Amino acid sequence: MTAAEVTSRSAEEIGRTALGPRPLPPLGQQRAGRAPAFQDTVLDNGLRVIAVRRAGVPLVELRLRVPLAGTHRTHAARAELLATTLLAGTVRRSRAEVDIDLARVGGDLGASVDPERLGLSGVSLSAGHDVLLDVVADALTAAVHRTAEVRTEKERLTAHLTMARSQPRTIARLALQRRRYGDHPVTRELPEAADVADVSPAAVRSLHRRALVPRGSLLVLVGDLSPARAVDTVAAALAGWRSERAAVELPPLPLLRGGDVRLVHRPGAVQSQLRLSAQAIPRTDARYPALQLANLIFGGYFSARLPENIREDKGYTYGAHSYLEFNPHGATVIVDTDTATGVTAAALHEIRYELGRLVLVPPDEDELESARRYAIGSLSISMASQAGLASTLAAVATAGLDLDWLRAHPARLAAVTRDEVTAVAAEFFAPTAFTGVVVGDAEVLAGPLAAIGGIDLSELD
Amino acid sequence: MELHRLILDNGLRVVLAPDTSTPVVTVAVHYDVGFRSEPMGRTGFAHLFEHLMFQGSESLPKLAHFRHVQGSGGTFNGSTHFDYTDYYEVLPSAALERALFLEADRMRAPTISEENLRNQVDVVKEEIRLNVLNRPYGGFPWIQLPAVLYETFANSHNGYGDFRDLEQATVEDCAAFFDSYYAPANAVLTVAGDFDIGAAAELVHRHFDDVPGRPAPKRPSFAEPLPDRERCGSHHDPLAPLPAIAVGYRLPDPSVELAEYTARVALASVLSDGDSSRLRRRLIYRDELVTDIGAGLGMFGVPYESRDPDTMIITAIHLATVPAEQVLHTVDEELAMIVRDGVSEDELRRTVARWSSTMYRDHDRLATRARTIGACELLHGRGELAAELPALLGEVSSEQVAAAAASLRPEARGVLTVIPGGVE
Repeated sequence: MTAAEVTSRSAEEIGRTALGPRPLPPLGQQRAGRAPAFQDTVLDNGLRVIAVRRAGVPLVELRLRVPLAGTHRTHAARAELLATTLLAGTVRRSRAEVDIDLARVGGDLGASVDPERLGLSGVSLSAGHDVLLDVVADALTAAVHRTAEVRTEKERLTAHLTMARSQPRTIARLALQRRRYGDHPVTRELPEAADVADVSPAAVRSLHRRALVPRGSLLVLVGDLSPARAVDTVAAALAGWRSERAAVELPPLPLLRGGDVRLVHRPGAVQSQLRLSAQAIPRTDARYPALQLANLIFGGYFSARLPENIREDKGYTYGAHSYLEFNPHGATVIVDTDTATGVTAAALHEIRYELGRLVLVPPDEDELESARRYAIGSLSISMASQAGLASTLAAVATAGLDLDWLRAHPARLAAVTRDEVTAVAAEFFAPTAFTGVVVGDAEVLAGPLAAIGGIDLSELD
Repeated sequence: MELHRLILDNGLRVVLAPDTSTPVVTVAVHYDVGFRSEPMGRTGFAHLFEHLMFQGSESLPKLAHFRHVQGSGGTFNGSTHFDYTDYYEVLPSAALERALFLEADRMRAPTISEENLRNQVDVVKEEIRLNVLNRPYGGFPWIQLPAVLYETFANSHNGYGDFRDLEQATVEDCAAFFDSYYAPANAVLTVAGDFDIGAAAELVHRHFDDVPGRPAPKRPSFAEPLPDRERCGSHHDPLAPLPAIAVGYRLPDPSVELAEYTARVALASVLSDGDSSRLRRRLIYRDELVTDIGAGLGMFGVPYESRDPDTMIITAIHLATVPAEQVLHTVDEELAMIVRDGVSEDELRRTVARWSSTMYRDHDRLATRARTIGACELLHGRGELAAELPALLGEVSSEQVAAAAASLRPEARGVLTVIPGGVE
């Protein structure tokens, strides 16, 4: 900086005071959050409805999850077009009228799909949540998927697919799915452009009629509402949403087995994506709380072993993460980081080292207590907002659990012992249990990666 | 929303926003320094320095800050903007004193070492590779548009920084930057959530009173004249599959012309908020020129986030077969219609309802609430400002929106075009 502006102290002078270092204050007594009133029920059309009163602000958050898996070649394309035209007009509302009605009650509503399900996510002022529900019901029972709208959305979807496929994180995700599950339907996270072109408006309408059904689906409402009245409002609004069919779940997935990390070429890339994965256990398994803590200790938060090593010590990356990913049949663990091309092989080596270390050098008491407090605290933070509670609840309810399970989870985490963490770490974080991909400039990466071994170069020419 | 204020003897401004509805608390510190205060040859320095503030302080070795926040059940982050840098923690309320201690310790005596500086230069370069260099549309438009619309170094340079500048940063630079800009008198401390006001004020005094006072730096004016002609620039993005365009217009200063500023919030909403908005209906669904289009206030799309000069932005990603001029021309036609006919009462009511909803949602997330209060207190002197936007929007008339649209003239704007796909 310009020395003329300010007479600065040196860094050493700045970093110390006459008093010297001070002790860290202890934590106070934590009070528990109030238990919210809620209803969790199944309507006679088969839809599970959870309504939770959380009246912090005068809003209502809505999450709808409809299992919508399919094995047909063009299923992903049809499902995407179903989602993109679901709010594009009904028998009684045009696309603009859907939005106008939502806007008048401060509403927002979006549809999305993945290989497992179709989701609707929305919010409105609480005084207008009957309008929000009416729009949702109208879309579910009377969306028309007009030919012109389907055609417009096919054009836009094709452009969006091009954009998505240019994102390194998407390229890496698709490569990881291929590596893990071959051509299983779960891998079809983005439809092929050619398949999009093949889908007719009639095929979209047909998928809507057959697959967008209440039985097996979940609706979560959280906000400034009365749970009992909200359930009644939902039952009345969605009375016309009926089908003899049940929503279609994803076909069973093969268990992941360890294997070589596949190198995928992205010419000229200045940074590489590393994605490793192994089989894990779902929330319903008694060992899940221990696994959750083992994952935190490995790479599940910033104070974990992996980010402290490859970011804060070595500067290889901006972020290094590990997390559990759930599907209807189980769960996997994914380790994820992006690093400069020049340090990619070294970063992979460090990831494997830290996996091995988690197995051989179990967490000490401090590591366990830190992870435990983080797991409990971050859960209470995520449940403190309406939107956070709605999303968290939708995620666990999809696995067949409920709000009582969420509220009892801190006690489960509190009971986990070091021995239990050590045991799950050894079972689920063994380096040999992992498979994965590296996406980057193979002309630079192939040599150093091959030198450290465990690399599959078969996708290169 | 009721705010309680204190000012400590060292000049630190303190805002307390109690809310005991959930057992969670947020502590945020906003320092009055951002990209615009970086000297020539040190682009990216404010953000790099933000990273260094996490690297330890007199009572806390490297890694301790993260471990103490997360080991208390909390989360944390920091962010650097054009006019400020903020740091925050969200924690179970039992950890309030600990969070205050952590923020006070680094405000008083951060550890600035050569080793940590070099480590964080590497980390920041990875962050830039991740968010800019290795990604299509990286930094669009906040990195490239200022260079087109503005002339002074302060307003136009890349806030993420050039690698060469980052690599040349020294420990002495860091010490001088800290002494200049990180004085308590140049900061706002915000505490929001589950606490007792008296007890929280006592804890604030306990931990921050002996942070030594230094004079706040004199803030230079970053004002520069409005453009007198349309300014154009292009950016080659080798990874982008489709062309894009960003149009920037200067905003009125909200601390001087709040009603005019608010009219532009309403205008942006009428233009692009939802499928019933004018630009989406026209350019996406009727004319099929663009795949996406949006209008917003501020380089990061958040109202009140900068002092004057600030920017209203319209961005679009369009088809390769559609010339950028056609997108611009169509936007101008839509603006001209608003200038001529105004907007409907229903459009205005929808704007108020949608912004009410957005404000409530932001307020419901305690971290967002504390950070917004702190930013508005620091930049505009009133933390209440952000929560007042729906009420202010309720006062906006069709004529005011028409006048706002009339100010978006071609000769007053900067136009950035993104040329996709490996063009040399």
